[in-house]
Amino acid sequence: MALVELRNVSKIYHLGGEEIRALDDVSLDIQPGEFISIIGPSGSGKSTLMHILGCLDSPTRGTIKLDGTMIHDASARELARIRNQKIGFVFQFFNLLPKLNVLQNVELPMIYSGLAGRERRERAVQALRMVEMDNRAKHRPMQLSGGQQQRTAIARALVNNPKIVFADEPTGNLDSHTGEVILELFRKLSQEGRTIALVTHDPEIAAVTPRRIEIRDGKISKQVDAKLAGLDRVNAERGTRSAEHNTGAKLPAAN
Amino acid sequence: MNLLNTIVVGLKEIWTHKFRSLLTMLGIILGVASLVGMAAIVKGMENGLKETMIAMGGADKVLLEDQDVPAYQEHLAEEAPGRTMLDVMALRQSAPLIRLVSPEMALNNCTVTRGDKMVNPSECVGVWPAVLDMNLHTLQHGRFFTDLDEEKANSVCVIGTGIRDELFGSPEKTGQDIVPIGQQVLINGQPFTIVGMFTRYEGEQERKERELAKTKPKEKQAGPVRRRGWGRGGGGWAFWRKNYTVYIPMNTMWVRFRSAAGANNIPDPRLTDIDVKVTSLDRLEPALQQARNVLLMTHRGIEDFSFRTQENQIQSINAQIRNARLSGGIIAAISLIVGGIGIMNIMLASINERIREIGICKAIGATGLAIFLQILVESIVVALVGALAGLAASFGLVRLLAVVSPSKNSPVITPTAMVIAMIFSACVGIVAGLFPAFKAARLDPIQALRYE
Repeated sequence: MALVELRNVSKIYHLGGEEIRALDDVSLDIQPGEFISIIGPSGSGKSTLMHILGCLDSPTRGTIKLDGTMIHDASARELARIRNQKIGFVFQFFNLLPKLNVLQNVELPMIYSGLAGRERRERAVQALRMVEMDNRAKHRPMQLSGGQQQRTAIARALVNNPKIVFADEPTGNLDSHTGEVILELFRKLSQEGRTIALVTHDPEIAAVTPRRIEIRDGKISKQVDAKLAGLDRVNAERGTRSAEHNTGAKLPAAN
Repeated sequence: MNLLNTIVVGLKEIWTHKFRSLLTMLGIILGVASLVGMAAIVKGMENGLKETMIAMGGADKVLLEDQDVPAYQEHLAEEAPGRTMLDVMALRQSAPLIRLVSPEMALNNCTVTRGDKMVNPSECVGVWPAVLDMNLHTLQHGRFFTDLDEEKANSVCVIGTGIRDELFGSPEKTGQDIVPIGQQVLINGQPFTIVGMFTRYEGEQERKERELAKTKPKEKQAGPVRRRGWGRGGGGWAFWRKNYTVYIPMNTMWVRFRSAAGANNIPDPRLTDIDVKVTSLDRLEPALQQARNVLLMTHRGIEDFSFRTQENQIQSINAQIRNARLSGGIIAAISLIVGGIGIMNIMLASINERIREIGICKAIGATGLAIFLQILVESIVVALVGALAGLAASFGLVRLLAVVSPSKNSPVITPTAMVIAMIFSACVGIVAGLFPAFKAARLDPIQALRYE
């Protein structure tokens, strides 16, 4: 069973009487443990897709199933709980709370899920160890480099053991070397079995993920799956299948 | 999200913006300080009035007063007997609801001298022993008059400490508590023996000041000792009056001073005052009616008397206090509300500044309710911290008031006022926080995250 199942999802905005289709009839499956990237130029609808996948927003039409529950018509309160328990976010601008130190920032999601202080601390330290930030626990975000801030943000995203982590241009605000380090971290996390979705406009960054979904004008324009690419060659030889699909094409299960 | 955490975050928020928070709180601080200070002033006033009330004889004391005869008895005005000992005897015999009758015959323009010292007592009165209970006197030294003194019209007197201070020297000046029992003084030239002396009557405030003065070293007196005008040596009027009392037996007053004086050399038997006390305040009305009936008999139907109860006075005192409390309370409440508006203003500015933060919190799973509570608690914390500071400030304010305008009724800060001020501030904090909290809770996470 897929972790995320999007079926015919549309998001329509009305701007001054004009109808804007930010997402237009998108269907998408994400399997547990997958490392995917969603790419597309700005304005393509990739952010809207991420917001809907990340339960920050509800679709105008269509259904979404996350981890076996339908969430497209969930209330704001339920969405908040789902974001808290099942989803982790990593942002381009790190989005750490400047008044809290690193440890407190990582503890924050657990505060909202109502965990007791002791367990909160232990899990936060554990998450920081995972991103090698445990030696900076008492620092404020402003005292850290961009890479360190992003690692803290990743620790925060992971601390509640989410089903899926969304990273919105996680390297967009970092120099290329630090960006590499962060991407390497994502790759490592993926190898540990986490489901990660990178949202980016940069094909080079998207290249690190085995599966890439291209969005253009609110539609999925192209999907590439490196795992299937191997098969692809075989299939190509057989002349039966291609790993490259056109818009709206449904993929078979990745594993 | 537990409450303690929210409060801690709220306190941190205040601490990060120290100056801004201080300005915000100033409204609440001043409001609370003025509320508590006002209550303290009213309380001080109330204490002073109540002390005076008691010094004047308590609530169950009723004064029997002379009164012009009513219009329909105008032609009998000449026959009006006035208040005499006959009334006293009749009341004692026939008015069982009257517990105590105390006749007073005063000597006007009285001067008490001893050697080269003289004093004008507040009152020099011929009395019965009933006066002790009537005016709530306490005898500290010696004895009061006996029936024998009354019977034989002995030249004895009982004095207040004020008289002693003037004629023999006060403890403050001489360093010892002189007890002038057995000493002779002259009252309007006639020799009297002091047989008793009352305690020193003073208000709570005065007593404290005196105790304080004891501990301080005495200033050296430069030059000869002089009397300093006619001012009362400090203390409330009621206490001064009581301390400067000279009592002599009723019969002595009559024999020594009254029987040989009066218009056309006819001795005037009329009393200066008849005070009565009723058995219980609940039955004040029937008691007065009873007394009235008796007196109408002795006065042969002529209504040349009236009663004045302290009840009226207590009522007017209470009304005064209520008014002062109300007006002060309204002013303080308005300033607290203004403080609340300040808080609301700053909370709105604060959430505007933290839109992005709120977006982050929502993205990582904060519910609208959690955000709502966060902002609300912050607002309440600001209000309560302000209120605490205000309580501290109120002590300073009261101290300042005591210095700027010293009065006999120094303000007393009451716990009730402090509790009310705290509760009111908390309410102001809640009301001021509601709208900003609601606004913050309603923020759309996506737009909040995009907000620059």
